[in-house]
Amino acid sequence: MIPILFVAFALIVVGCALMVILHRNPVTSALFLVLSFCGLAGLYVLLQAEFLAMVQVIVYAGAIMVLFLFVIMYLNLKRDREDGMPFVLRRGVGWAVGLVLLAEGALLMARRWAPGPIDLSLPPAIGNTAAIGQTLYSRYLFPFEVTSILLLVAMVGAVLIGRGRTQPPPGGTAR
Amino acid sequence: MAQVWSNPDFQFVFWALVKILVILHAMLGVVSYVIYAERKIAGHMQARMGPNRVGPAGLLQPVADVLKLFFKEEFVPEGANKVIFHIAPMLAVIPALVTFAVVPFGPTDAFVVTDINVGLLLFLALSSLGVYSITLGGWSSNNKYALLGGLRSSAQMISYELAMGLSTIGVLLLSGSLSLVDIVKAQEHMWFVAFQPVAFGIFMITALAETNRAPFDLPEAEAELVAGFHTEYSSMKFGLFFLGEFANVLSICSIATTLFLGGWNGPWLPDSLKFLWFFAKLSALVFFFIWVRWTYPRLRYDQLMNLGWKVLLPLSLANILVTAVVLYWRHNG
Repeated sequence: MIPILFVAFALIVVGCALMVILHRNPVTSALFLVLSFCGLAGLYVLLQAEFLAMVQVIVYAGAIMVLFLFVIMYLNLKRDREDGMPFVLRRGVGWAVGLVLLAEGALLMARRWAPGPIDLSLPPAIGNTAAIGQTLYSRYLFPFEVTSILLLVAMVGAVLIGRGRTQPPPGGTAR
Repeated sequence: MAQVWSNPDFQFVFWALVKILVILHAMLGVVSYVIYAERKIAGHMQARMGPNRVGPAGLLQPVADVLKLFFKEEFVPEGANKVIFHIAPMLAVIPALVTFAVVPFGPTDAFVVTDINVGLLLFLALSSLGVYSITLGGWSSNNKYALLGGLRSSAQMISYELAMGLSTIGVLLLSGSLSLVDIVKAQEHMWFVAFQPVAFGIFMITALAETNRAPFDLPEAEAELVAGFHTEYSSMKFGLFFLGEFANVLSICSIATTLFLGGWNGPWLPDSLKFLWFFAKLSALVFFFIWVRWTYPRLRYDQLMNLGWKVLLPLSLANILVTAVVLYWRHNG
């Protein structure tokens, strides 16, 4: 049963990911990305990481992609070509970067630098959420807090940019 | 055959399917009568009768409405994105109905489809997916009023989702579990609304906003946006949006009942009838929703955003802080 579900979800993830880059309509691409995230959540559930699965749907599919869609709709992209780099050049760069990445992966596998997970057994089914909370707030407390400060800084920056140029202060000059 | 039947996997799937079928049809039936109730209550609040022609006391009105919707002409506007235009109404109904998969209607296993240990997160995930139907419906119609309605609703739902998610954390701190079954069991002696009145208030306000009900029905403000995101929808596609709104009301009220009002907990009744308590509380909350709709005028857009970000969000954060401090103090003091 599990292998069948794994193949099904994996097909959803890969198929939708391909459609994201192959489809011409940006809104449809974004929607396929949402579907791909949902498939990924299914894979997490099969690994008994149900907390991660739900957070994946809430954060990526539910929040980030909605904002993405928002922006795409605002831009109202009628044409799928933009100005800037010529199309041929852009495609060439894409191929080059892709080949480098592929070679890197092949090298890693060949030199056995990425042996995969050492312990293949699944974590216990119950208390996965509690386990994540325990490790996050004890062993990984410092990285966790640093991340939150990083997010705060990003948020302040976004607010600053979003507010735009304000009125010049009284007595001063406009910057 | 007997071998297949004794397979535990098969039995699990079979009973889950039976429960899903029962709950699905029960909920669709209930939804159509919630619409009837809304019209009837609205009528009485405005000193008129409400629907009273079809069947005794107008009880067959929902049937007539649905039949009418099915036979209406289906219209797809020119320049609409056809596929997304068709998918959007389905997305309105499905997440709302899936939520019922984790709601415990009664004390035994027979009353809950599946008890997963992240039930509450599943509800939050599904409600965050609910934004798509309205946004996409508005965008794919190729109509500026529909697009404005869709954009408004995305902004509104994203803003209020935060406060809604945070308001449930107080309950999580008290129960120590994300499973809705465990949360109900933890309220055996006292409903959580007694310890979390602020969270309950925030949850109900954000619930009104999440379901796009008045006074937060800006996405479909008829005075300025014609009909908002479903301006171009007709026939049963419009019906699905309508159904989705009321199914959302029911599912969000079920979650409110489960989190704050003790779910199926109640005196006197035997275990097999405890689900009646659940439905009594659910009906009270649904009545509250209808009551609010026909009482308050719509908020202005800036008022809506101010309320969400400057009042409800800090309030829910403060509520978490106070709850956590009190719990810590009681455990270690």
